[in-house]
Order: sequence, then structure tokens, then C-alpha cells
Amino acid sequence: MSEFLAMGGYAAFVWPCAGLSFAILAGLALAARRRLRGVQRRLRQLNARPEEGAWELRA
Amino acid sequence: MLGAGLAAIAVGAFGGLLLAPPDYQQGDAYRIIYFHVPSAYLAMQLYALMAIGSAIGLVWRMKLAYAIAAAAAPVGLAFTGLALATGMLWGKPMWGAYWSWGDARLTSVLVMFFLYLGYMLLHASLEERSTADRAAGILAVVGVVNLPIIKFSVEWWSSLHQGPTISRLAAPAITWDMLWPLLVMIVGAALFSFAVTLTRARAEVLLRERGARWARDVVAAGA
Repeated sequence: MSEFLAMGGYAAFVWPCAGLSFAILAGLALAARRRLRGVQRRLRQLNARPEEGAWELRA
Repeated sequence: MLGAGLAAIAVGAFGGLLLAPPDYQQGDAYRIIYFHVPSAYLAMQLYALMAIGSAIGLVWRMKLAYAIAAAAAPVGLAFTGLALATGMLWGKPMWGAYWSWGDARLTSVLVMFFLYLGYMLLHASLEERSTADRAAGILAVVGVVNLPIIKFSVEWWSSLHQGPTISRLAAPAITWDMLWPLLVMIVGAALFSFAVTLTRARAEVLLRERGARWARDVVAAGA
């Protein structure tokens, strides 16, 4: 186990690489889901009250 | 698709970090390949998707194509950043430096990073969406010349970067024990990035078509 974690002396490079990769994957998946949910929520509000805020929906 | 992608990535990471044997020259440092190559590959694939979407939008005024291009950009930017970061973490122990200015492979990938960034900034900064789609789309299409430069940079110029490990035309320069986790990782990363891009594209299309009857129905149904 400790041999596995040591990565033949390259632990300082291999593990940050793996950690960063998984962090970016998690960030991408969560950001995409948040974006879709956010758009749906804003549009539901807009459809309920069409007179306000339509112009600021550019983003 | 997201679940399948994540499962493949988990299997590939397990295989690459634990099951594959160490390299006779690079020891365990070569295991960075299992993260570096898939992210670099997807960074280029997503750029091609963004450019093709933009080109279709520019030629045929197809709004869905523009939406897919806009959805692919942040995903491609993240994968390009990851390819650069994992490459630096590999370069330090193998080449003795995180970065080398003037190296064609490194520089051309950095250019792709800024092309993605430029596309997103340009797209976000223009008020009128159709103008933003067109202006950023032209940038994406022009930037396509960078893709073959990235691919062939290690052959055209002397580079610190090693040559291709897997190629469709030649036998892979890697043993099967080391190869299969890499292939699984590439498939996983592809499934993952297309799932994320599709989710972003859904948000993008709903936003753009928010006045349309069907979009209102979809939003009301909570789908």
C-alpha cells in the first residue's frame, strides 16, 4: 500500500495530477447541472411573470 | 452517458494507477499519461466540435449548431487547462522543467487555450446574441488551423514532447497491459465530455428559444 502511494518516488507528480483531474471532472459535471437548473428556474419565473426581467436573460 | 463515462474513468484510473506495470524508463511517472492523453485528446475533439458547430451556424444560420458550439467551449477550455497542467506535472520529473517556451507542442496547446478563452470572452461581451455567435464563430473557425499544428508539432519541429504513443496507422508503441487503461480512459472522457456538453447545450437552447411554445412547455413540465 505505501509502495503504491509512493509511486516509485513520483508521488508528488502523479497524485496531484490524478487529484486535479478528478476535481476538474467534478467541477464540469456540477457546473453543467447548475447551469441547466438555473436556466430552468429563471425561465419558470419568467413564464409566470413575463413582464419582468426578460431583457436581462442574455447570459 | 454521464454515468457510463464516470464508470469507465473509474475503471481506467484503477487500471492505470494500480494494475499497469511501471515503465522501464519513466518508472511510475508515466502513469500521468492516463490523465494527460485523454484530456489533450478531448480538448482537440471539443475544439473541432466547437469549430464545426460554428461553421454550420455561419453557413446555414443554424441556431442549434451555434448553441452546441457555445456549450462545448467551456468544457474544451477545462480539458485544455487539464492537459497543460498534467503535462507540466509530467514535464518536471522527465524534462527537468514544468514549461519550455519555444517548444512547439506546448506553445500550440497554449494557443488553443487562449482560442477557447477568446471565444468565450468575445461571445459573452457582445450584447446581441446573433452577433456574438457570428463573431466568436469566426474566431473558432479561423483557429482550426491550430489543430494540425498541435498534432504534427512533435514531428515538424524538434520538441521535448515525446511522439505519438497510439496511432491508427501504426502498431501502438506501448504494451497491452499499459494500453487498455488508456483506451478505457479515452472512451470514458469522451462519454463524460459529450454528456456535459449536451447538458450545457440543453440549457443554451432553452435560453435561446425561451419564447417558443415548446420551450415554455418543457420548462413548465420541469424537464
